[in-house]
Amino acid sequence: MAFKPRIGVFICHCGENIAGTVDVSNLAEEIIGYDNVSFSTDYEYMCSDPGQNKIKEAIEEENLTGVVVAACSPSMHEDTFRRVVEEADLNRYQCEIANIREQCSWVHGEGNDRPTEKALKIIKGTVEKVKRNVSMEPVEREHSDKCLVIGGGIAGIQAALDVAEAGNEVILVEKSPTIGGHMAQLSETFPTLDCSQCILTPKMVEVNQHPNIELMAYSEVRGISGYVGNYRARIERKPTYVDADACNLCGDCEEVCPVEVTDEFNQGLDTRKAINIPFSQAIPSSYTLDTEACLGLNPLRCSECAEACDADAINFDQTSEYVEEEFGAIIAATGYDLYPKEKMGEYGYGEYDDVIDGLQFERLLSATGPTGGEVRRPSDGKVPENVVFIQCSGSRDPENHNSYCSKICCMYTAKHAKLYRETVPDGNAYVFYIDIRAGGKDYEEFIQNVREEDRVLYLKGKVSKLKKADGKMKVWGLDEISGERVEIDADLVVLAQSIIPSEGAEETSEHLNLNLGANGFFKEAHPKLRPVESLTGGVFYAGTGQGPKDIPDSVSQGSGAAAKAIDLLAKPTLSHDPQVVEIDEDLCSGCGLCVGQCPYDALDINSKGVAEVNELLCEGCGTCASGCPTNALSLRNLTDEQLTEMIHAHIGD
Amino acid sequence: MDLTNSDRELTANVEELSGENIFSCYQCGKCSAGCPFTEEMDILPNQVIKKVQMGDGSVLDSDTPWTCASCLSCEVDCPKGNDVPAIMEAIREISLRKNLDRVDINKLETKGLPEIALVSNLRKKTG
Repeated sequence: MAFKPRIGVFICHCGENIAGTVDVSNLAEEIIGYDNVSFSTDYEYMCSDPGQNKIKEAIEEENLTGVVVAACSPSMHEDTFRRVVEEADLNRYQCEIANIREQCSWVHGEGNDRPTEKALKIIKGTVEKVKRNVSMEPVEREHSDKCLVIGGGIAGIQAALDVAEAGNEVILVEKSPTIGGHMAQLSETFPTLDCSQCILTPKMVEVNQHPNIELMAYSEVRGISGYVGNYRARIERKPTYVDADACNLCGDCEEVCPVEVTDEFNQGLDTRKAINIPFSQAIPSSYTLDTEACLGLNPLRCSECAEACDADAINFDQTSEYVEEEFGAIIAATGYDLYPKEKMGEYGYGEYDDVIDGLQFERLLSATGPTGGEVRRPSDGKVPENVVFIQCSGSRDPENHNSYCSKICCMYTAKHAKLYRETVPDGNAYVFYIDIRAGGKDYEEFIQNVREEDRVLYLKGKVSKLKKADGKMKVWGLDEISGERVEIDADLVVLAQSIIPSEGAEETSEHLNLNLGANGFFKEAHPKLRPVESLTGGVFYAGTGQGPKDIPDSVSQGSGAAAKAIDLLAKPTLSHDPQVVEIDEDLCSGCGLCVGQCPYDALDINSKGVAEVNELLCEGCGTCASGCPTNALSLRNLTDEQLTEMIHAHIGD
Repeated sequence: MDLTNSDRELTANVEELSGENIFSCYQCGKCSAGCPFTEEMDILPNQVIKKVQMGDGSVLDSDTPWTCASCLSCEVDCPKGNDVPAIMEAIREISLRKNLDRVDINKLETKGLPEIALVSNLRKKTG
């Protein structure tokens, strides 16, 4: 006996959203006479518990073989209703959604029968599809249990620690010789004024000691292939020319090294040797020989460091080491840079020694900085009496610089002004601002305290320009509140430079096909509801690579990304929607057209000379199926026959 | 104005005479929003405070402290609890000490207002 489908149609009112335009009870009556429809009903909210129960009861009582829910877009509740039919022991792929809201009631006016007629056609088309659907089970696949974390700033550190604590192995890749990121450069942190290194270094040490974390500092990801659960990354560990285990940090090498270059850790306010350690609590705790600065290794030009090293830790023969590993999940925590002050024409193109950026001022305030924590200006080491802080430098300026708010500058500028006033009690601190954005816990109170107790003069308005005269910087500004144009002879100007994504964001996006937003930050899967996920399965974001954020937000997102990665890695197998393409090997000519068309790299020509699909990569878009010249490819549950019958139902013949 | 050489003594004097921390004001503008006399003033009460913060001596040329009737509506409104009328009084006192005569009592419109009321109003904050 031939299989006779018994389809149930469930029509949702969606309050007035559908019922206000479409005659839902009429629909339920009309559809009952249609081919294979053995049950129909309508209900106020099909997605509510009573609505779901109606579906379950009807499946059991009416022995339904397929279900059509005529309601909102499948992107809203398809999964809800498929779970409902599963609970009634029907295969989830025997449930389809007829979208009569977004594609009918919402876009057509009330007061005539035509929306109802159209809704009926949409439902009939869906009935034609579902009665030809095959039952399927999700595609299951093994996956790697390891997690790759790219970037060793505070967000990456937090993510790595959380994933490792959950029992998964982590490789943490950091480009520079030490982890810690920009947070290691900060003096004190708002609004509590904890010393940054004091709260950061214990976490750095924890990373180093954690049995589940392999730290690869001075390393870069060179390529990533694969897909969710099964990524394969190639990582280059660059030579430091120092054996980290043997190095005892005596510093003799640094002392004898004849080369002095700009010190990046001190933001160019100091020099370092070619062989150096960025700061004393650096992790890994070892020296690194910077070959770009060194007089030369091949041929060896100097070797003073090696001669001075009693521990024999220096090895000029080290070369890059390449590691290839499989990863189930990847967390991109590539961090930020400051928008270069060289781009600020109105503030001197970075040419004035005493016009510095926020990170440089952090180094001046830091006890481990070039001035030992005394605020001395770069040009002549003088303690500045008048310090002007300019907020929104490069931010909120769509015409010339970046259109967005960099979010953290209001707070760190207030902190800077406070710390300056505490260090130089006789000094004057002026802050130029457009708005004060202090929307964090205890942040507004912090700002008010800085204004009130530290007597920092806040002036509302953006500084027009800086003019250099007699060793002073003439600041042309405005105070909008008093309506006064103001001029200040500043000894030091601190620019709260805009936050921009580091180079790592673009590099990582190229490796993983990640989307970047217009400003170059990682674009999340959903700006509100999926803020730590990328659209690439198994890739998550943490920290400022996704957008400007402060330390607590970066740490939160690090933990959020870790939770997502742990969730994925904890699954025994990964399942994938089986609505993918199927290949009829007898029809396939092996032309390979589909391989090039596939946007997901899911197709290949196999050793038999015919197309083969990787079901885990296929997203069921159908591009290949429509392009196949021999009709060898078809989408499961969206076959040519199904499409044709749906069209017939729609046009009514 | 030249902020580097601003009149910091003015700021200090206003604070001493009023007993208020002038930097406590964060310029929300509520004092001016609720002031019943702003139409008669050349600058707004919050601008007076801003100018004192900045050490802007031109605040002594303003009519505003003299138009202020010490009705106290600003003091009641202020989210930071600042005694704005006391600040206005401090500015009046500083002007008087500098012999800056801002008000010719003979020219005041006092029709219908008892003189004693006028005097006591102007002296409400002098204690």
